Amino acid sequence: MNNTAQLLQNNKKRILEIWMQNQLDDEALRDDLISNEELRRQSEELLSSLASATASGNVENIYAPEYEPVTEILTDISITRARQGFSPRETGMYVLSLKQAISQVMENKLSDKPEQLYKELNTMHRLLDNLSMVTFDTFIKGREEVILRQNDEISEISTPVIRVWEGILALPIIGTLDSARTQIVMENLLQEIVNTGSSIAILDISGVPAVDSLVAQHLIKTVSATRLMGAECIISGIRAEIAQTIVHLGIDLSNIKTKASLASALQVAFAMRGVEVRKSNKNTGLNLLR
Amino acid sequence: MDRIPILKMGPYLLVTIQVDLYDRLALTLENDLINMVSKTGARGVLIDISAVSIVDSFMGRILGNIASMSRIMDAETVVVGMQPAVAITLVELGLTLQGVYTALDVEKGMELLQTKIGIIEDPEDEDEEVPDDDTV
Repeated sequence: MNNTAQLLQNNKKRILEIWMQNQLDDEALRDDLISNEELRRQSEELLSSLASATASGNVENIYAPEYEPVTEILTDISITRARQGFSPRETGMYVLSLKQAISQVMENKLSDKPEQLYKELNTMHRLLDNLSMVTFDTFIKGREEVILRQNDEISEISTPVIRVWEGILALPIIGTLDSARTQIVMENLLQEIVNTGSSIAILDISGVPAVDSLVAQHLIKTVSATRLMGAECIISGIRAEIAQTIVHLGIDLSNIKTKASLASALQVAFAMRGVEVRKSNKNTGLNLLR
Repeated sequence: MDRIPILKMGPYLLVTIQVDLYDRLALTLENDLINMVSKTGARGVLIDISAVSIVDSFMGRILGNIASMSRIMDAETVVVGMQPAVAITLVELGLTLQGVYTALDVEKGMELLQTKIGIIEDPEDEDEEVPDDDTV
């Protein structure tokens, strides 16, 4: 057992006290997100596992098996913190404040042996720096997971296929169309066409912020696929600026039916289905004559 | 060797593909179908591919070929019942089957063929059954 390990083992209580004090004194302490008891429990757990890991004599390689419990606890802490909404700085400071605590204890114990103190501090700093890197890695990973999950949710929410009339489907697209989303939109639409036996689909792009050549390409693909299935596709909700970009980019939409608004697309769809919308003589409501 | 049956229904030819098309089979079908068109003088060809789940560029081209050949022989081609996955694959392959009419199912395909060829059987028939004031 080397000195660092011994020092950690023997002064665990004292280090924990100083560490907790440091954390509680820090202005950035988020007592709104985590209770003091919880923080103490986490810290104690981490410190004991660190002490037992260093006891193996390895103070260099944190990827060795004896450090597994330490990195596991750290990973756990950073992922929970990422989800709870801690900032990266706060999570990083959590490990770095341990470094401070250990340094303080070492200084006290080895004040008469400056050479050994320097060596010990060096080893210990390297070890804890590595550990704080692990925290950052996992913290970012945790955040990324959150983003990915939200991405999935958004794409799921934003591609509903609505049956507006017998044989007429509408699909309002909201947000930018990328390849992945086009795939989802296309699959949903085609499946729904099969399920409902609809012969007309209206793609409403009023919610698409911009149309570039790639988005147009995706739209053309969707229209072609619908046509292959035996249904007609109308694109509606083309705003003035979108029409401008499409023409400026030289995109050819001449063999696709386009309409300015969903209302006019519906009108065309009704005409194609032979449905007539007219005002009733008796009241002001709409009556539909088939 | 396997052959896909071609049924004659009045002025139409009806083909339902119930197996996955391999190249040889597709070529035979193309050949048989064109011969049938010329022999019977059919005005329309309806190909049902609702049971086809796998498609490649060759098969896409065969469908396009059949349509072009039939057109030269004065017959329209309608492909019906394409599966969503097949449609997506064809689009990704860049085969949009221009010049081929498509419909959702056999019934709609027949209707389409009738309007395309200009044979409309009893056009007044349905309208008479539904009174004018029958509004929804």
